[in-house]
Amino acid sequence: MLDLQGVSKVYGAGEIAVHALREVDISVEQGDYVAIMGSSGSGKSTLMNILGCLDIPTEGSYLLSGIDVTLLDDWELSFIRNRKIGLVFQSFNLIPRTTVQRNVELPLVYQRIKAGERRERATRAAEQVGLGDRLHHIPSELSGGQQQRAAIARAIVTDPAIVLADEPTGNLDSGSTAEVLDIFDALNRAGRTIIVITHENDVAARAKRIIRLADGKVVSDESKLVLA
Amino acid sequence: MAVQGVLANRLRSLLTLLGITIGVASVIILVAVGRGSSASIESQIENLGTNMLTVQSGGGFFGRAAGRSTSFTFLTMKDVTALQSKADAPDIKSVSPVINVNSATISHGSASETSAQVLSTTPSYAEARKETVAAGSFITSADVANHNRIAILGPTTAANMFGSANPLGQSILINGANFRVEGVLKSKGSNGLQDQDDLVILPITTAQDLLVGESGQLSQIILEAKSSSDVNDAETEATNILTPAHHNTDGTAAFSILNQASLLSATSSSNHTFTVLLAAVAAISLLVGGIGVMNIMLVTVTERTREIGIRKAIGARKSDVLGQFLTEAVLLSILGGVVGVAAGLVGSRFKIVGVQPVVQAYAVFLAFGVGVFVGLFFGIYPANRAASLRPIEALRYE
Repeated sequence: MLDLQGVSKVYGAGEIAVHALREVDISVEQGDYVAIMGSSGSGKSTLMNILGCLDIPTEGSYLLSGIDVTLLDDWELSFIRNRKIGLVFQSFNLIPRTTVQRNVELPLVYQRIKAGERRERATRAAEQVGLGDRLHHIPSELSGGQQQRAAIARAIVTDPAIVLADEPTGNLDSGSTAEVLDIFDALNRAGRTIIVITHENDVAARAKRIIRLADGKVVSDESKLVLA
Repeated sequence: MAVQGVLANRLRSLLTLLGITIGVASVIILVAVGRGSSASIESQIENLGTNMLTVQSGGGFFGRAAGRSTSFTFLTMKDVTALQSKADAPDIKSVSPVINVNSATISHGSASETSAQVLSTTPSYAEARKETVAAGSFITSADVANHNRIAILGPTTAANMFGSANPLGQSILINGANFRVEGVLKSKGSNGLQDQDDLVILPITTAQDLLVGESGQLSQIILEAKSSSDVNDAETEATNILTPAHHNTDGTAAFSILNQASLLSATSSSNHTFTVLLAAVAAISLLVGGIGVMNIMLVTVTERTREIGIRKAIGARKSDVLGQFLTEAVLLSILGGVVGVAAGLVGSRFKIVGVQPVVQAYAVFLAFGVGVFVGLFFGIYPANRAASLRPIEALRYE
């Protein structure tokens, strides 16, 4: 499903070069629920950017559904981001002054899907995250938890191979955190692959597998026993 | 999506729109004013009589021969007779000799003036110069034959002498000679240089008797062509008839013929320059409007950097972002153009500095087209900048 092989990322060059990632190997199977943990400066964000196809590794290969993403150009990367990946950010990143409905529809707009089908799929995705009654609100009218759920709806509306969440609960109170994590659980139970980047243990506790990063390297990778 | 972008910030969109609107409207109005002023000057010249030719002695009407040695010959009644020949001059309808009475003082009772143009001529002058009487009658052939001491006054002169009283039948003194007022002319207004209504017309024979003497020397000969299309033929015929009697030592004509039609074309070409100048000024305001669009679009791009990052992160291609911002720019300029055309058309209905603007269809289309193009052109740079933003950097932007 997702396979990183010897991925390194270096910012700058020569003496001032910063090695954000060093030879990282990660493989994630379909339906997995992975938490990537690490303190700040451990390379989490860089890894997130690479996994989300927002950035390209300096070295190594990244296979996503069998496609080597490192060989793609800008246009093709846009395509991959649009179809294969659902991104959820710490700061929600909804488009302001634009209704939930339109925010959720947005990835479908870039797939040139017709308005009728867009609306239907956006409504379904919003219902999945419990926002069926907030479709016509704009982000500033929603609570943080609701905004993050709208962002999750936008991430899953394209039916992506993986949902990638970068500190999704970083800006939320504990009640909203629980709501969001419940949604991730539900999505995972429905068979969706989820990768959550976090430094909070209670978020990581929900995952089936925890990968810890330090100084740009994977220091531990443990799968929990899942009770059937 | 672009529509949302425009609506999302109404005030800013409105201000941008205003730049294009003012540009488009000013192009339309200024071109219309230019056209309107040349139309009014053309109609004034037509008032003079477009079928009219003026023959004057001397090499050039505009001082062309001033420095050239000429054997100066005066126009005389003989020339008038020669020009009246139907065989030699088939395109000349009438020939009117004119003798100007220079520095004449006109008075009636205590009223007196020296500004009026006093000239003496024959009845055909009225038709050639498109003079008509508002009251009384013009000079008749009998007046000329009988050396009648009558005068026709222009409306300004009549008002100066008689105020609101009826001048007909009253007498006036011209350089001390007594004349009876026989007619008052209709107003022709100013030709831009002088008041054409401050005028006294006398029978040519009477003027020779009492005011200018019997030298037989004519100031001008006014010719009227059969129609405006015959003016050039009439000019050729007159030249052929007059050259044998009036030529310089080198054989060139010692007289000049002023053609109203050529004056008309000279005036309209100078008016054209005026219109182009106005249009250029307006075009600059259109350009400034375009730069306004660019400015707003650049601000928009900066302000919406994060939004662009979000869009790119969820799969917008470079072309999608480019398209969105270009569409917004074009939408703004089309809206601005439409409002500008409306404002221009409404504004052109009013008189501007005494000129009734005449809307030119080409100016409307050109202004609109250029307005939209300017919006597009100045939208390209900001749109391209938006589209080239890298998603991670754009997302990090606060």
